[in-house]
Amino acid sequence: MIDIINLYKDFGSLHVLQGITETVHKGEVISIIGPSGSGKSTFLRCLNLLEVPTAGQIIFEGADLTSPHTDINLHRQRMGMVFQHFNVFPHLTVLENLTLAPVLLGKYSQQEAAARANELLHKVGLTDKAQEHPRRLSGGQKQRLAIVRALIMEPQVMLFDEPTSALDPEMVGEVLAVIKTLVKTGMTCLIVTHETGFAREVSSRVFFMDEGRIAEQGSPRALFDQPQNPRTQAFLSKVIY
Amino acid sequence: MFSNFVPNLVRAVSRYWFLFLEGAGYTLLLSAITVLFGAVLGSLLSLMRRSRVMPLRLFATGYVEVIRGTPLLLQLYIFYFLLPDLVPFLSLSKFASVTIALVFNSAAYVCEVVRAGIAAVDPGQMEAARSLGLSSRQAMARIVLPQAVKNILPALGNEFVTVIKETSLASVFFVGDLMTQYNIIKGSMHLVIEPLLVVGLIYFLLTFTLSKLIAHYERNLQASD
Repeated sequence: MIDIINLYKDFGSLHVLQGITETVHKGEVISIIGPSGSGKSTFLRCLNLLEVPTAGQIIFEGADLTSPHTDINLHRQRMGMVFQHFNVFPHLTVLENLTLAPVLLGKYSQQEAAARANELLHKVGLTDKAQEHPRRLSGGQKQRLAIVRALIMEPQVMLFDEPTSALDPEMVGEVLAVIKTLVKTGMTCLIVTHETGFAREVSSRVFFMDEGRIAEQGSPRALFDQPQNPRTQAFLSKVIY
Repeated sequence: MFSNFVPNLVRAVSRYWFLFLEGAGYTLLLSAITVLFGAVLGSLLSLMRRSRVMPLRLFATGYVEVIRGTPLLLQLYIFYFLLPDLVPFLSLSKFASVTIALVFNSAAYVCEVVRAGIAAVDPGQMEAARSLGLSSRQAMARIVLPQAVKNILPALGNEFVTVIKETSLASVFFVGDLMTQYNIIKGSMHLVIEPLLVVGLIYFLLTFTLSKLIAHYERNLQASD
């Protein structure tokens, strides 16, 4: 579904991604873990070109996203993204947060979009908030809103960039529950996360990133229980207790 | 001289109140035109500063730097003496020349206000909009600008307050504003301080009222966020 070929990303003299080649298959749930500064978020943000790679290719369902002839806006509609800081639209109501993009981009009529939005809001327990503005929502509710805002575009893949890192601890569970439900529907997901317990539970594969490379990868059981790379071992010994 | 202070004040107001009023009217008119057209021109300038076309960007940046880096009084002189020569067919009145100078000056400041208002919107908003597939123009129009307006409007109000005070410089060309009236009344009463105080009070009432209105409006905006 996504072929990442020899991906490099520099920020000035900082070499954040140093050659990543990987294939993401349909239906996979990939957790990306690693120390801060290892390039996890940058890697994820390169997939939908929020960061433009310095070198390398991203092939998404046969289309080379890094080619200047590709209409990236079209492909982004099919790659949902969820951010650490939610980035819900504060000047719109909860319902409008969902309907804006599909209506503007001609995916749905206003009525269809509203109907679809209400379905999705119901699924994440935000029905009674539909007419509120996001300032009236808790962090957990904002993140659930952000997730369905991405889902209404019916993406082929969902990118989660530390979806629970900015949440108060008591709200982490409700957001992870929504992601788990999504995973059960067979959605292809890439999740940058510090929640190792969650990663172990939902992932089909785990990437351990270090210094701009995927230093080790494998099934959650293999990577968490029998890490081979000394760096993975060192990292896991610090985060798991 | 202080023994006559209060009677002189009363005399200044009672005899020349219509001149003070007329001056206040011209000052407000001059300021309102300046801010209105300055806002339009300034918004255009800030669009140019964000343009992908390099010469447009350079022009706008250079313009803002030059205007902000030279005195308004000097700009007034240049427009006053140059405009009638440059565009004789307009046969510009004094008032028009001075207004145009003020507009071009204000535009540079408004450009900065708009730029700062856009910059103050969380970049995550643009990213979220783009991640949904919106083009950069759509994201700007539907997501960033509506939020930036809330930053820009109060700052524009403050620009209005500043312009009210700056129009006093236009009195150098006797355009009928408050300071122009002061000069007339001063000459006719042979009094310096008393009419000046009246004029000062009028300026203060104008700016103070406006500032309070802006503060009130700003609170409402924040409440609706």
